Amino acid sequence: MKNIFKLFSIIVLFCFTTAQSNSAEKVDYLKTDWSFKGLFGKFDRGSLQRGYQVYTEVCASCHSMKYLSYRNLGEKGGPEFSEAETKAIAASFEVTDGPNADGEMFLRPAKLSDKFVMPYENVKAAQAANGGAYPPDMSVLVKARGGGVDYIYSLLQGYEEAPSGMALDDGVYYNKYMYGNKIKMAAPLSDGLIEYGDGTKATVEQMSKDVTTFLMWAAEPHLEARHQMGFKAIIYLIILTILVYFSMKKIWSRVESEV
Amino acid sequence: MSDHDYTPSSKVGKWFNDRLPLLTLANHLTDYPTPKNLNYWWTFGGILTFCLITQIVTGLTLAMHYIAHADMAFESVEHIMRDVNYGWLIRYIHANGASMFFLAVYIHIFRSLFYGSYKSPREIIWIIGIIIYLLMMAAAFMGYVLPWGQMSFWGATVITNLFSAIPLVGEGIVTWLWGGYSVDNPTLTRFFTLHYLIPFLILGLVVLHIWALHVPGNNNPVGIDIKKPSKDTVPFHPYIVIKDGFALLMFMIVFAFFVFYSPNILGHADNYIEANPMVTPAHIVPEWYLLPFYAILRSVPDKLLGVVAMLSAILILAVLPWLDTSKIRSAVFRPLYKQFYWILVADVLILGYMGAMPAEGLYLLIARVATAYYFLHFLIILPVLGFKEKTLPIPLSITESVLGGSPNLATVKNKESLEK
Repeated sequence: MKNIFKLFSIIVLFCFTTAQSNSAEKVDYLKTDWSFKGLFGKFDRGSLQRGYQVYTEVCASCHSMKYLSYRNLGEKGGPEFSEAETKAIAASFEVTDGPNADGEMFLRPAKLSDKFVMPYENVKAAQAANGGAYPPDMSVLVKARGGGVDYIYSLLQGYEEAPSGMALDDGVYYNKYMYGNKIKMAAPLSDGLIEYGDGTKATVEQMSKDVTTFLMWAAEPHLEARHQMGFKAIIYLIILTILVYFSMKKIWSRVESEV
Repeated sequence: MSDHDYTPSSKVGKWFNDRLPLLTLANHLTDYPTPKNLNYWWTFGGILTFCLITQIVTGLTLAMHYIAHADMAFESVEHIMRDVNYGWLIRYIHANGASMFFLAVYIHIFRSLFYGSYKSPREIIWIIGIIIYLLMMAAAFMGYVLPWGQMSFWGATVITNLFSAIPLVGEGIVTWLWGGYSVDNPTLTRFFTLHYLIPFLILGLVVLHIWALHVPGNNNPVGIDIKKPSKDTVPFHPYIVIKDGFALLMFMIVFAFFVFYSPNILGHADNYIEANPMVTPAHIVPEWYLLPFYAILRSVPDKLLGVVAMLSAILILAVLPWLDTSKIRSAVFRPLYKQFYWILVADVLILGYMGAMPAEGLYLLIARVATAYYFLHFLIILPVLGFKEKTLPIPLSITESVLGGSPNLATVKNKESLEK
């Protein structure tokens, strides 16, 4: 039995060290309490709804979210807007549909089943409007960056005066968390930039946290279901393991040997 | 194959068994005499079977929803993650399952190295195992390409480009592999086809692996030949079944932790960026389980020789039964080999770490030393050690061992230290 514990702990240790060494490039990101971390982590509903507001009023003018549909906003485990609210949100956007019976394309209000409307026709148009830089799609952005949520959260608050001696071209900004410290996105947030529907004070910090929470959900819409199922699965496995352990002891007691 | 005659008790059973002896096979598998002193390092064979079946079942399900097309692959993976019922669960099991598979196979291989399981009469089991391992690497590499993220694309580009090192025909082979002049849609579709095929080849080889095992029977921690069946053995069922089951459950707890609580920690963030042939990632790194070989590849300054070194590092294992000249199997009775064994383990871990680091400066130097040592171990140390080493006395049987009658490895070890 001692051996199995040794073996078990070696495996766990090994897993963690490989995981650690894989997440290279350590930077001290700004920290905040994320409600969705940990064994029982869940999204903060209010934060998700505010985060959606930040996204749609600030980010969405340049950043697409092409893998999300309006219906997702009302689904369980997400911002959970009511059905009426979700429909109203969808209807506030216009999508091109068609062709109709006359062979013409036409505009209509978006429905729940429509994907989020893209800010630009295509990548080239997006680059042309942003000084050659393509504002990345935000659907899985959190998972596509090494630092994850901490990186996005820090980046949004990382705008500073460039250190003396660092020359910045037009349309390039200094950000202390950006790889290479140069970013083509101007500081997107400023205190009081938007007015939250629920009366929360819209500081840069608050908005950064809310929109990052929203992006985390966008990248992992089933995170809550995953945490809940994971807890059940692991408890189940542990109980089963204990039962099998005692069965094994019983069976092996017939032969003179130590298991 | 069977060591005994078996007659089914029912008439129908007998009628069927006379025509196709499936019941004899089942009886052989349950009665299969297994050394009773097997420790938990021996449970990884069963765990690996579980891993293979898990990968095949989840893989089949994913293939029902995945679209192997350069323009749609990335999107179809997101579709699986978002809209397919429990698609996120199936994909995360499959992705982390690959890592778990390799974790288990490395333990399985290093167990074999420690206890000398590759030695006569088990060379064929070992060689089949090496072929399985090679196929696993091919399957894992191609599987990593399928989501068509940045690491998929650039990993595929780097690895397929290795073939261009072959003199004269190299470039032609690379174009042929790609199905074009760069990694593109034809590459993706053929990788998908092969990724689908290889697991079934592995499954077939696993059957041969087990068949070949059942001829001489299991090696054991003491490494001596045992009579079977005898009081040194227990029937596979229920003794080994329940023990393997217990170990498998422990393994599944680790597995579940990754799937449910950090499903992306073993992957690379860049693979959530859709493949873009115009943008090269800052560091192109393979998955963790290929890193030691990646380090060997990069530590040789010449491209062709690097590829040769990398391939030799794997293929050298196939001739291991003849490189190791010692007649004693288990490292328990080989005090010197035991030390070199742990140095080799450390060496491979160091190589793995260096594979993840940029190939420059001190990292490169350490990787070169570690690469040299890797080959030194197999080509010089092992053959010489077999002649020079003074081994400890070996017990005559597991039960009535000269070391005090205990089949327990810990007792054997204690005894050893007492004798010093």
